[in-house]
Amino acid sequence: MRFTYAVPAGLLAASILFTGCASNNNDSNTSNNNSTNAANSTAATNTAAATTADFTSAVDQYRTYVIEQCDEFVKQTENFTNAVKEAKIEEAKALYAPARMYYERIEPIAEALGDLDPNIDARENDVEAAEWRGFHKLEKALWQDNTTKDMTEFADQLLKDAQLLRAKVEIVEIDANLLVTGAVELLNEVSSSKVTGEEERYSHTDLYDFVANVEGAQKIYELLKPELAKKDAELEKTIGERFAALQAELAPFKSGDGYVSYEELKEEDVRKLSQNLDALAEPLSNMGTILGV
Amino acid sequence: MKKQNRFTGLPANADSTPLNEDTKSNHILDKKLSRRDMLRLTGATSLGLLLGGGGVGGIMATRNTAAEPTIASDGDSIPFYGSHQAGILTPAQNFIYFAAFDLTTTKLADVKKLMQAWTTAAASLTTGSLIGDVNDNPNLPPSDTGEVDGLNPSRCTLTFGIGPSFFDNRFGLSSKRPTLLADLPAFTGDNLDPKWCGGDICVQACADDLQVAFHAIRNLARIARGTAVLRWTQEGFQRTGAADPKGATPRNLLGFKDGTGNPDTTNEAEMNNVVWNSSSDGPSWMSGGTYMAVRRVRFRIEVWDRSSLSDQEATFGRYRHNGAPIGAKDEFDDLNLKAADASGKPVIPPDSHSALAHGDGTVKMLRRSYSISSGLDIATGQLDAGLLFISFQRDLMKQFVAIQQRLSKSDRLNEYMTHTGSAVFACFPGIRKGGYIGEALLG
Repeated sequence: MRFTYAVPAGLLAASILFTGCASNNNDSNTSNNNSTNAANSTAATNTAAATTADFTSAVDQYRTYVIEQCDEFVKQTENFTNAVKEAKIEEAKALYAPARMYYERIEPIAEALGDLDPNIDARENDVEAAEWRGFHKLEKALWQDNTTKDMTEFADQLLKDAQLLRAKVEIVEIDANLLVTGAVELLNEVSSSKVTGEEERYSHTDLYDFVANVEGAQKIYELLKPELAKKDAELEKTIGERFAALQAELAPFKSGDGYVSYEELKEEDVRKLSQNLDALAEPLSNMGTILGV
Repeated sequence: MKKQNRFTGLPANADSTPLNEDTKSNHILDKKLSRRDMLRLTGATSLGLLLGGGGVGGIMATRNTAAEPTIASDGDSIPFYGSHQAGILTPAQNFIYFAAFDLTTTKLADVKKLMQAWTTAAASLTTGSLIGDVNDNPNLPPSDTGEVDGLNPSRCTLTFGIGPSFFDNRFGLSSKRPTLLADLPAFTGDNLDPKWCGGDICVQACADDLQVAFHAIRNLARIARGTAVLRWTQEGFQRTGAADPKGATPRNLLGFKDGTGNPDTTNEAEMNNVVWNSSSDGPSWMSGGTYMAVRRVRFRIEVWDRSSLSDQEATFGRYRHNGAPIGAKDEFDDLNLKAADASGKPVIPPDSHSALAHGDGTVKMLRRSYSISSGLDIATGQLDAGLLFISFQRDLMKQFVAIQQRLSKSDRLNEYMTHTGSAVFACFPGIRKGGYIGEALLG
């Protein structure tokens, strides 16, 4: 499910460079389904009311983490888009996947910010052809068409979107509920698009995204761990073990500073990764136990 | 004389009248009703339902219940606990959802934990109650997936077994492997695809409702995450009780009655002889258990459909219409393999399916198969349909293997089918209340 956060318009207008793209005031573009579940859509507003423990520190630390990732994301995206604009194809290819990892680690936050996720991360067919922009548009040009022709505009736009994301995370509402659901959401991202090799269909760099999603979920788990250990030590231990098992399953596919092409994985490798992911996501989805009733 | 009470899988709810409101509300209230109350509430039309079905009438059904208390049932819930596992002698329900699992853990303690968790879940699944106790916490995923909330148990049975691979060196149990449990030898004409073979554990879910059977496997698989993963699954069906209120022998997808020659499941001595392990058969943890052979069989139905009726009947050695052996009148007439026509030719071809399967009549097994249909074979555009053959026996080698070796060599039917999947499992003895699946082995 996706969260819709009402970010006060005044705040945004003050700090944001509009990119001139039509903003259609709803985020039905974020693919999947918009939750109509009342229990979830109130998550943004009533936080402390529904919880017994104090998550102030976890939330603050998470915001710090998100901002760190975002800062790095903007920097790396700039290097990448510069390479595209200078028609340095090989350099752009090398910068592409590592830059995306900073985004993938905090994906649920981006998804909570309206149109930003589709603008940055939509795959072909996720949106109307005329609206398609962002990383995957450039990915297709680089890997499939082997050119940067006509991509300057999209490169500029992508950098602006990355900067916009960075501006918005300052004021995005974060609460314990978002942390819990965000962690599961990150693993669901892996399950639904990375495992299948659909995310990086031209570059086959899916493992970078896979690992980053898992790292993002693990960060949240680490932040909630003390509270979880108090509430359900067994669950906390299980989640820790399952993270370790998944990391061990991913380890053989490391290559230098990065990861092997997804095409190198055998069917059986993919299935095992997917099964380990499901085995982790199941207990992780019970982290909500710390939210009290 | 017409033998009664064959293993025909008479559905419990043989009359097509739905349960009346009184009964439904009592399911909902989950109130234990005495049989007398039930009779009073539902009227005699639901007699078959009350008595767990299995016979071809009330009297036979009563005998059934007396002989085999584990298949007595209130309403349409079949007891999960008992001296033997349900789903073996239980008259075949309308649907099956079969699942083979592989263990991903290497710790025996985890296996034991899984079996305990599965036992708790199975007790809920077979009575139609929600699994677990987290079904109304807004912050958590519900412990039951919910798709059978409010449905009747639909005679759901869950039957658990373990394959030969369970006894490799992962859990230190190799010394406990029964000698009777080993992978099947290769048979002539086998065309096995690894994706439908083997498994450390099997769960056979059967129910009169496919959604109920699916829900059971789905939830057991969910509980197993991190300890075991699904290796292969196969759903299957047969004609429903509504379509065949009389509960005649079901027909396979080749149009022939399948199960006519099955031993009598109400005959305890026969079942002890054919199906159940005794303490003298092997390790004590298997006493009261049985061995299961599972074969996924693809029928070449397009080819079959082009065969003349007389070819088809010669292939089976029986008439299609009534299932009687060729030359006989009634489905349950004995196979007279010595009968010859005027020219001295056997009336029933010696290489017909029935003749070979019957042999000299001394070797029997309890078959409990279902039809399968899994979409198209994309390569040919033909239907991927056939049979999920399942048999239960005391001794795989002496029973299933002996018969299958005869069949695989010369059965006329081989022209129209191919075996694509294969597995064997040791099905545990029954589970006592307070105990868990496989307790005698896992301690």
